[in-house]
Amino acid sequence: MSRAQGPISGEKGAVRRIRLAFGVAMLGAVGFAVTYSLGGNTQLLGISLGIAFAGLAYGLAAWGRRLLPTGGYVEEMPELSAPPRRRDLLAEAMNGPESPLGRRGLMGMLMLGVGSIGVALLFPLRSLLSFRKPDPVTILRHTAWEPGVRLVTPEGTPVRLTDVGPETIQIVVPEGHTRDGDAPAFLVRLDPERLRRQPAAGRAGDVVAYSLLCTHAGCPVALYEQTTARMLCPCHQSAFDLNRDAAPIAGPAARALPGLPIEVDADGFLRARGDFTSPPGAGFWSYP
Amino acid sequence: MITRRLYRALDARLGTTSAGRTALAKVFPDHWTFMFGEVAIYAFLALVLTGTYLTLFFEPSTAETVYDGAYQPLDGSKVSSAFASTVALSWDVRAGLLMRQAHHWAALLFVAAIVVHLLRVFFTGAFRRPRELNWVVGVTMLALALLNGFTGYSMPDDLLSGTGLRIIYSTVLSVPVVGSWIAMLAVGGEFPSDETTPRLYISHVLIVPAIFLALISLHLVMIIRQKHSQFPGPGRREHNVVGSRLWPAYAVRSLSLLAGVLAAVFALGGLVQINPVWIYGPFHPAQATSPAQPDWYVAWGDGALRLFPPIEVHIAGHLVPAPFFPAVGLGTVTFLLLYAWPWLERWRTGDKASHQILERPRERPGRVAVGAYALTFFTVLLITAADDIIARLTGLPVTGILRTLQILVLVLPLAVAAAAFVVARSLRAGSATTVGELTREDLHAGLTGIEESPEKTPDPAGHIRLWRNPDDTWRWRWHGSGDDLTSNEVFLDRQEALDAATTAFPGIPVEQDEPPEGVVLPPPRREPGPVTKVVAGLVWVAMAVLGRRADRLQSSRSEAAE
Repeated sequence: MSRAQGPISGEKGAVRRIRLAFGVAMLGAVGFAVTYSLGGNTQLLGISLGIAFAGLAYGLAAWGRRLLPTGGYVEEMPELSAPPRRRDLLAEAMNGPESPLGRRGLMGMLMLGVGSIGVALLFPLRSLLSFRKPDPVTILRHTAWEPGVRLVTPEGTPVRLTDVGPETIQIVVPEGHTRDGDAPAFLVRLDPERLRRQPAAGRAGDVVAYSLLCTHAGCPVALYEQTTARMLCPCHQSAFDLNRDAAPIAGPAARALPGLPIEVDADGFLRARGDFTSPPGAGFWSYP
Repeated sequence: MITRRLYRALDARLGTTSAGRTALAKVFPDHWTFMFGEVAIYAFLALVLTGTYLTLFFEPSTAETVYDGAYQPLDGSKVSSAFASTVALSWDVRAGLLMRQAHHWAALLFVAAIVVHLLRVFFTGAFRRPRELNWVVGVTMLALALLNGFTGYSMPDDLLSGTGLRIIYSTVLSVPVVGSWIAMLAVGGEFPSDETTPRLYISHVLIVPAIFLALISLHLVMIIRQKHSQFPGPGRREHNVVGSRLWPAYAVRSLSLLAGVLAAVFALGGLVQINPVWIYGPFHPAQATSPAQPDWYVAWGDGALRLFPPIEVHIAGHLVPAPFFPAVGLGTVTFLLLYAWPWLERWRTGDKASHQILERPRERPGRVAVGAYALTFFTVLLITAADDIIARLTGLPVTGILRTLQILVLVLPLAVAAAAFVVARSLRAGSATTVGELTREDLHAGLTGIEESPEKTPDPAGHIRLWRNPDDTWRWRWHGSGDDLTSNEVFLDRQEALDAATTAFPGIPVEQDEPPEGVVLPPPRREPGPVTKVVAGLVWVAMAVLGRRADRLQSSRSEAAE
């Protein structure tokens, strides 16, 4: 006889192993329930559930391999396409004398009506961007930095010139806008002797301020290399040279970090003199 | 007994018997490469089960709250509800971390299974007519899987995923003309906005999974309608499928695979930490993690962003920023090529025929070369996504590594494609079954393209035997040289069995077996010979004449009676 109905060797051993595997599955399940009841250690929960399913998997696989025939069957595959005559009948049924498709004028108006409803129903999608907010280009071009806005740390503490050490940068945000996505900036103390290009936004003493957002894809360029006065982006490894007005020198970024004009107020706190020199972060179609 | 009665009740209402018999007898090809699609479906099942559990604890909101729970370093800190609930379901919900990590591992496995399944379909030509539509559905599911993986990964509002979301936002911004509108409508304003997390959530748990479920159903309905393709082999024709039947052999094996997938997912979920958001901390627009690597299936996009040179284009006072080309451009081109591939290849080869028999990859060196190119290209991109880690491990400067990878991404895919082309042609030319068995002559043939088509042992035509079982049902069996294939179904009448046999093996004679003991066979229908025809004609004429005379006699008798 064929393989399909042939005797299967070693059946006894296989049955024993499969029974054992299902027993293991049961033990795994019990282990899972007990582990859960005793506090639910994640590792033990994972192991016990994994063992339970692995027992099931092994048992079923062995059952399929050892106790059941593999292959040996054939199924016919009839032609999918109908004979032309039947297709004609379908076409006749579809386009018969009563068929709405025959009334071209009405069909055209129907399409126009349905299409208009479809287009009209797209309008509410505009609500995804609140009407209380300005249009996207305005949003992208402006940040919360305005003349007189104080520079504060992300925790909200106002920053003085002396807070900016020679070793590190100080991340700042506009006062009252600590979680704005486009506003983060950093302060850095630079050696005026080594400046090869003056910051376009000017400086307050030896301290300059730039947007923290990479001009490539908007990640915070939070890695400062003090010896070379470079900022590195952790996302795509763009590097900006602070001695050359934050010009991009490596990686995929193509534009310099926008500068933030700052000044020291009467109380010694740092304030913005206006918005960034250009929109911060990634570029967009209507970038000025 | 009870099940029989229940089934009779069901059948009386829905008439399920005929479909049920066909379904149980459905034949699946026995080849290990056919299981990747199943792995994907089972991973999807694991995702739905673990994901549903997670929704019971996750709060999709950026409203500020105070985390108060078992994870000490964050206890009492002000974070978003999304982040707090993610940490809580990892630390404070019993079995929550297992489910969350199992969900993440299942997602990685899910996309991996889809990709490998796609490669199998690609390299064996399973996408050819009549299966182009199912290829399109499959590619769409790949795109949706990538999308849903990304939204799921971004929901916890942690620092790593927030950074990833920001990169995607920037990528969408880079689309000419409409980019800023699309990005702002999607996010609800400038990134990050309070609307982002709820929108990611509804897309992740409802919209995309619902579409995905519909597409899986469509995918399977098309497979059932068109039946499986199969590798060449004894008895395998363009009009049949050879393998195991759904019940019992295939069902048991497939359930084993389901259990195996769940075992892997839960073992990984319990033992291997993944996406520990409490270590990354909550998202803040002024912070970033380093190193920052996304999940593997979007890493190629990240690698492309790192690799592409700082090129920005100005068009009539407008800007096309750098991320557009490697992210939007590459993604669009990749998926357009994937969608178009069945038609591109048909245009190139002119092959418009319907195919049920798959090709071995070597039979199409050109296709192998294209596949090898794409695989190498995306592998280089994937490696590039870890260039900072490579730099840290090797101590080499990251710029040097980047430059090397920029050259490699251009050169290596071409070299690998050329090598794959030659190897495929060499394998096709000779009798070697694996690369290791290639001879010098094979390689020569592969390089020069001069092939002496090797003598292929012709597939035996075989013959078919048809017989009746003692219970009055019919079956047939194909006999090749040493290979027997039994009809998958039991037929209720002889003609059905005969039709099935001649459909599966057109042009092969069918012989009827001697009946088993105690069974009387009806004589096989034969075209009557000339003698029979003459005798039958005579009998007919005689009966007609006799019948008329009988009629007349009858009528005259009845007239007489009146």
